[in-house]
Amino acid sequence: MALSCQPLGSFPPRLSVCVLLIVFVAAASASHDAPQDGTHDPTNVTHKKGFPVLLFNYDHVRTPFEISLWILLALLMKLGFHVIPRVSQVVPESCLLIVVGLLVGGFIKAIGEKAPALDDTLFFLYLLPPIILDAGYFLPVRPFTENVGTILVFAVVGTLWNAFFMGGVMYGVCQLEGGQLASVDLLSCLLFGSIVSAVDPVAVLAVFEEIHINELLHILVFGESLLNDAVTVVLYHLFKEFSAVGTVTVLDGVLAVVCFFVVSLGGLLVGAIYGVLGAFTSRFTSHTRVIEPLFVFLYSYMAYLSAEVFHLSGIMSLIACGVTMRPYVEANVSHKSYTTIKYFLKMWSSVSETLIFIFLGVSTVAGPHAWNWTFVVVTVVLCLVSRVMGVIGLTYVINKFRIVKLTKKDQFIVAYGGLRGAIAYSLGFLLPDHPMKTLFLTAIITVVFFTVFVQGMTIRPLVELLAVKKKMETRRSINEEIHTQFLDHLLTGIEGVCGHYGHHHWKDKLNRFNKTYVKRWLIAGERSMEPQLISFYNKMEMRQAMMMVESGSSAKLPGLISMQNIQPKVESRGRTIPKISKGREEEIRRILRSNLQQTKQRLRSYSRHDLFADPFEDMNENLSEMRFRKQRVEMERRMSHYLTVPANRQETPPVRRVRFESDDQESSRESSGVRARNVGPNSSPADAISVLEESPPLRPNRRSDGGARRSAEHGAPATDDDDDDAEEEKGEPQTQARRVSDPGPN
Amino acid sequence: MGALNSLPDEPQYVGLAEKTGFSFEQIGILHKRFKQLSNNGETLRREDFNTIPDLLCNPIRSEIIEAFFDRRNFRQTDAVGTVHEIGFGEFLLVMSHFRPPSIRLDDEQKEVIRMEKLRFLFNMHDTDNDGTITLEEYRHVVEELLSRSGALGKETAKGIADAAMLEVASISMGHMEPDEFYEGITFEHFNKLLKEFEVESRMNIRFMNMDTTTLCK
Repeated sequence: MALSCQPLGSFPPRLSVCVLLIVFVAAASASHDAPQDGTHDPTNVTHKKGFPVLLFNYDHVRTPFEISLWILLALLMKLGFHVIPRVSQVVPESCLLIVVGLLVGGFIKAIGEKAPALDDTLFFLYLLPPIILDAGYFLPVRPFTENVGTILVFAVVGTLWNAFFMGGVMYGVCQLEGGQLASVDLLSCLLFGSIVSAVDPVAVLAVFEEIHINELLHILVFGESLLNDAVTVVLYHLFKEFSAVGTVTVLDGVLAVVCFFVVSLGGLLVGAIYGVLGAFTSRFTSHTRVIEPLFVFLYSYMAYLSAEVFHLSGIMSLIACGVTMRPYVEANVSHKSYTTIKYFLKMWSSVSETLIFIFLGVSTVAGPHAWNWTFVVVTVVLCLVSRVMGVIGLTYVINKFRIVKLTKKDQFIVAYGGLRGAIAYSLGFLLPDHPMKTLFLTAIITVVFFTVFVQGMTIRPLVELLAVKKKMETRRSINEEIHTQFLDHLLTGIEGVCGHYGHHHWKDKLNRFNKTYVKRWLIAGERSMEPQLISFYNKMEMRQAMMMVESGSSAKLPGLISMQNIQPKVESRGRTIPKISKGREEEIRRILRSNLQQTKQRLRSYSRHDLFADPFEDMNENLSEMRFRKQRVEMERRMSHYLTVPANRQETPPVRRVRFESDDQESSRESSGVRARNVGPNSSPADAISVLEESPPLRPNRRSDGGARRSAEHGAPATDDDDDDAEEEKGEPQTQARRVSDPGPN
Repeated sequence: MGALNSLPDEPQYVGLAEKTGFSFEQIGILHKRFKQLSNNGETLRREDFNTIPDLLCNPIRSEIIEAFFDRRNFRQTDAVGTVHEIGFGEFLLVMSHFRPPSIRLDDEQKEVIRMEKLRFLFNMHDTDNDGTITLEEYRHVVEELLSRSGALGKETAKGIADAAMLEVASISMGHMEPDEFYEGITFEHFNKLLKEFEVESRMNIRFMNMDTTTLCK
C-alpha cells in the first residue's frame, strides 16, 4: 500500500497525522455510548465540585465533527498519493482510494466497531450531484451534439442489451448450477442484470481523466455513462416492482417503454426549465455579484431534486440544466464569479469522488457478504463479454450512419472503458430485503473492483500500446474559431445546394432561433447582440492580457511580431506625424520612462459587498524588481515601434478598451501596466482613473459595477492615442496603469 | 431501386464516378438536383444559385457560389480564373471536395484528401488568385462572417482579422524584424495554421444514397 512503503527512517508527519485521524475517527464512532462527564447534575447541589475549567462534551458536535474528519481524511489521502510520484503514475487514484477505504474499514472492524456503509441517501443526494453537475456544466457541447446519435445508441440499446443478456444467461447458469442458486428466478436475474449493466460516470471520469485520450472517445464513453441513467432507472424500477409480484405482462412491457420516454424526456425538460430560470436570474445579478455562483449551484441542485421527486432521471436533469444555463450565465456573470463557479464545482466533485471511493472500500469490509464462486465469476466474465459483443454489434450498425467511422481501436477503447462503479453498488444496496441480496451485493462489489482495478490500471498502458490518439492540448486560436464558423456556414450552404436538410441545416436554424429570441431574454444588456466570434475574440484578448501580466514577460504573446509587420505600408496615405529626429525620440522616450514610475494611486474603501479590488493585488506583492524592469523594457520597445509607424488612426478603432489600474499603495511600481495610457496633462492624482474614451460607433457599456466600466483592449491600434498624446504633451504626461474591474467571463 | 433504373448516361457516370469517387446512386441524385437548379438546362449559372432559399441567409453565400465557378477547384492543374457557367461534371467535382474520406484509406491517401480540402478552403479565401491570402482578403472573410451585426461588424472585423493575421505570422515566421513585412498567408502557412483543425473529418457532408431531394426544395 502506498503509505506503508515509506522509508522507515523518518516517520513522515502526514502519515502520523493520518494515523491519528484514523484513530480519532474510530474512537469517535465508538464513543457515542460513552457516558458524558457528570457536569449535568442540577439536582445534586450538595455535592459541589469546583468550577469546571475544562469540559468534554463530544455529543454536541459529534455529527459535523465526524463528517469533517472523514472529508479531511479523504483529502489527506489524496494529497499523500501525489507525494509519492511513481505510484500515482501506475495506479489510478480511484484504486488507491478504494484500498485506503478497505484499510480504514478493516481498522474500524478490528477495533470492534460497526463501520459506516455507503448509505444510499448520502450517495444519491449528496455525493453524486456535485460530480454530475461538474461534468454537465463543463460538458464539451460541440462534440457531444455531433455524436449524440452514437451516444444514444450506445446508452439505450447497449444498456438494454447488457441487462437482458446478462440476466438471461445468469438465469440459465443458475438453473444449470442448481443448489443454492436454483431459487433465483428470472426476474431477480434480470434485476441483477439491470443493476450491473450500466456504465458508471464516476468511475469513467476518474479513470479517463488521467489517460487523456482524444475528445471523440472520451465523449462517447462519458456521454454514454450519463445518458444510460434513464434506462437504468426504468429497468431497475420495473424489475424491482415485478420481482415482488413475480410475473410481467405485455402491458407492463409497453408501459415500461412509455415510462422510459417519460423518464428521460421529463428529466431533460425539468433540467431545461431550471436552466432557463437560472439563466434568467443571472441576467439581473449585476449589482450583487457575490451571490452569483450560488444561483448556478442551487438551481442545478433543485433540478436534480425535483427530478428525483417524480422518479425521473436526476442525472439527465442535472446535465440538461448545466448545459442550458451555461452559455447565458457565462455571458452575464462577472469574471470572478465564473472562476468561483468553476473552482467550487471542481472542488466539490473532487471531494465527492474521493469520498465515494473510500466509502466503497469501507462498505466492502463492513457489508454482509455471501460468496458463491460460480455466480461471481460468471458475472464478471459476462460483464466483459456482453460489453464487447454489444459494442462490436452496435458499432457495425452505427458506422453505416456515421461520417467519421469508428475504427477497431476506437471500439476496443469504448468496450474496455465501460467501467462499473458506485452507482451499481448503491442500487444494489437499495434493494428491499431480497433473499439474494447479499449474493448480489457481493457480485456487484466484485465486478466494481474488477473493472476499477484491472481495467482501470491496464487501460493506460493499453492506450499507449495501441497508440490511440491523445487529446490535443492546444488552446483554440482565433484562426481556428474563424474557420470553425466559416466551415459551419460553408457546410450549411453546400447542404443547401445539395438540397437535403442535414445536420448543419438544423444546427444553423437552432443558432438563428437562439440569437433572435432566446438571447434577448436571457442575456443582460448589450451582450445579447454580440456575435460569437466577437465574444470569443474578447475572451482571448482578456486571457492574453492576464497571461502577460502574470508571467511578467512578453514571450507568450505573438508580440515579437507586431502590427507593423503585417500592415501594408501605404505611403500614399500620408503621415500624420512628421518624422522626428533621433534626438527627439530619445527625449520622448526618457520622459515617458520617467513617468512610468509615477502611478496614480487611489485609496479605495474595501467593502465585503463590492468587488472593486484589483484582481492583481496579490500579484503586486509578488512582482519582483526584475520582472518590473523587464516589463518596462518591453514597454519601451513597443513605444519605439509605435512612434515610427504612421498612425492609421481612422482605420482600426478598438472595440473596447481595458483599463488596468493599480490599486496598491506603493508609488514606485508600475505593477500591472502592460501598455501605458496617456491622459490629458491636467488630470491630477486624485482623479478617478476610470475615464474612458470610447469611439463613437462603439456601444457604450452600460454594465457598470459601481462606476467602474469594463472594456477589452484591442491590439496595436490602441496606441494611436499614445502617438497623439506623445506629440501633444511633451510636458508631463501622466500614465495610467490599467484596471480590470469585473471583466466579463473568460 | 428507382434511382438505378433511371440512369441514362451510364458510361459518363462511370467516368465521373472514377474521377470524383461518388457512387452511381449519389451521382444520379446529384444529377437530378443539378437539373432542378438549372431548370433542366445543361449548365448552371450564378443566377441559378439564387433560387436556393437556404443560401440566401448565409453570410458567406457569395464565396460559396464563387467556389463553384472557380477553375482552381476543377482539379485541372494550373487552371486559374473563373468561368461563367459550369456543367454537371464541374458541379460534381466541386461537390466531391466534401465527400468523407473512406475508412479504408491509409495515412498517405488521407493526407492527400486533407490537402485537397485545405486547398479548397484556401481558394475560397484567396480571391485574387495570387497564391497568398493578404490582410485585406482575410479582413473580407471576417467581415462577411460578422456581416449580420450591422455597422459594428466592420470595425471589429478589422480588429479580429488583424489579430488573426498576427497569429499566423507568429506561427509561421516566429520572429520578424520591425521593418520586415509579412506578405500574406501562403498555402504552407495555411496548412501549418490548421494542422490541428482536422479538416478531413470536419469538412464533410452526408451524401445520400436514397433519393430525398423531393423532400425539400
